[in-house]
Amino acid sequence: MHGFANPTRFLTLARWLTPLCFGLGLLLVAGALASGLFVVSPDQLMGETVRILFLHVPFAWLGMGGWSALAVSSLAFLVWRHPLAALAARGIAVPGAVFTALSLITGSIWGRPTWGTWWVWDGRLTSMLVLFFLYCAYIALAQAAAREGVSARIPAIFGLLGAINIPIINRSVVWWNSLHQPPSITMGQSAIAAEFLVPLFVSTAGFSLLFGGIVLARMRALIAETQAEARLRRKAQDFDTEPETA
Amino acid sequence: MREGLDQWSFVIAAYAVGVAGTLATAAWSWLAMRRAEARRDASRKRRGRKGGGQR
Repeated sequence: MHGFANPTRFLTLARWLTPLCFGLGLLLVAGALASGLFVVSPDQLMGETVRILFLHVPFAWLGMGGWSALAVSSLAFLVWRHPLAALAARGIAVPGAVFTALSLITGSIWGRPTWGTWWVWDGRLTSMLVLFFLYCAYIALAQAAAREGVSARIPAIFGLLGAINIPIINRSVVWWNSLHQPPSITMGQSAIAAEFLVPLFVSTAGFSLLFGGIVLARMRALIAETQAEARLRRKAQDFDTEPETA
Repeated sequence: MREGLDQWSFVIAAYAVGVAGTLATAAWSWLAMRRAEARRDASRKRRGRKGGGQR
């Protein structure tokens, strides 16, 4: 892991990994969603709305997984001071917020015909909403720290503290009475029929690759901006120290 | 009591929001990356030209 903390080595790897993640991710997502829409038969209880789960579940998993990765990157930055770890956390924050928002929206669309309501203030939904607000706060904090030239330690500490919400989201359906169903997939067990499992896993793999591609693209953009800024600063210094010829 | 809602309209709405949101984020990140790298390369070239002229 430490080897890839070198920006040059990271960029060499990211240059071919970014289009690969986007290409393969799009292909898998297209296949899984087409199968979810046209091949899979309606569920006995949920009817046609079961098809929404091929989007909603990967979005929710990646929203939570995104913050877990953000917390690990923040920890790596705090412990080893790798600047790339701070950039990785910043790269994860935007797709994490988008995927969490999409999980809330698609969940709400699923809830209306299934539960008869768009929203309930229960443990799972509320803790997911809190996760979305945490992402927004992290983005604002990280941008402010970068703009003011303050150390990235403050957003990193916030990223680490926000991870407290992840086990709360995970256990919310067990700890509190909820309209949301209990975990359908646990270690080695699944309450979901095999017919739905295959497109669900393919769609999760596809969205994960797209998520990874977005993170890599955002990290590359952040590195390029930092390098361009450093060059401009050096140029300004050269200009200031140039002897006057007149 | 179950309402007589057309489930397919909800499915299509969810797919439209999900796919559009994901594609927009992916396209925006890709374009932002290309723009930032082009800006960096341009600043590198300008600096290279300036260095060459001084030599």
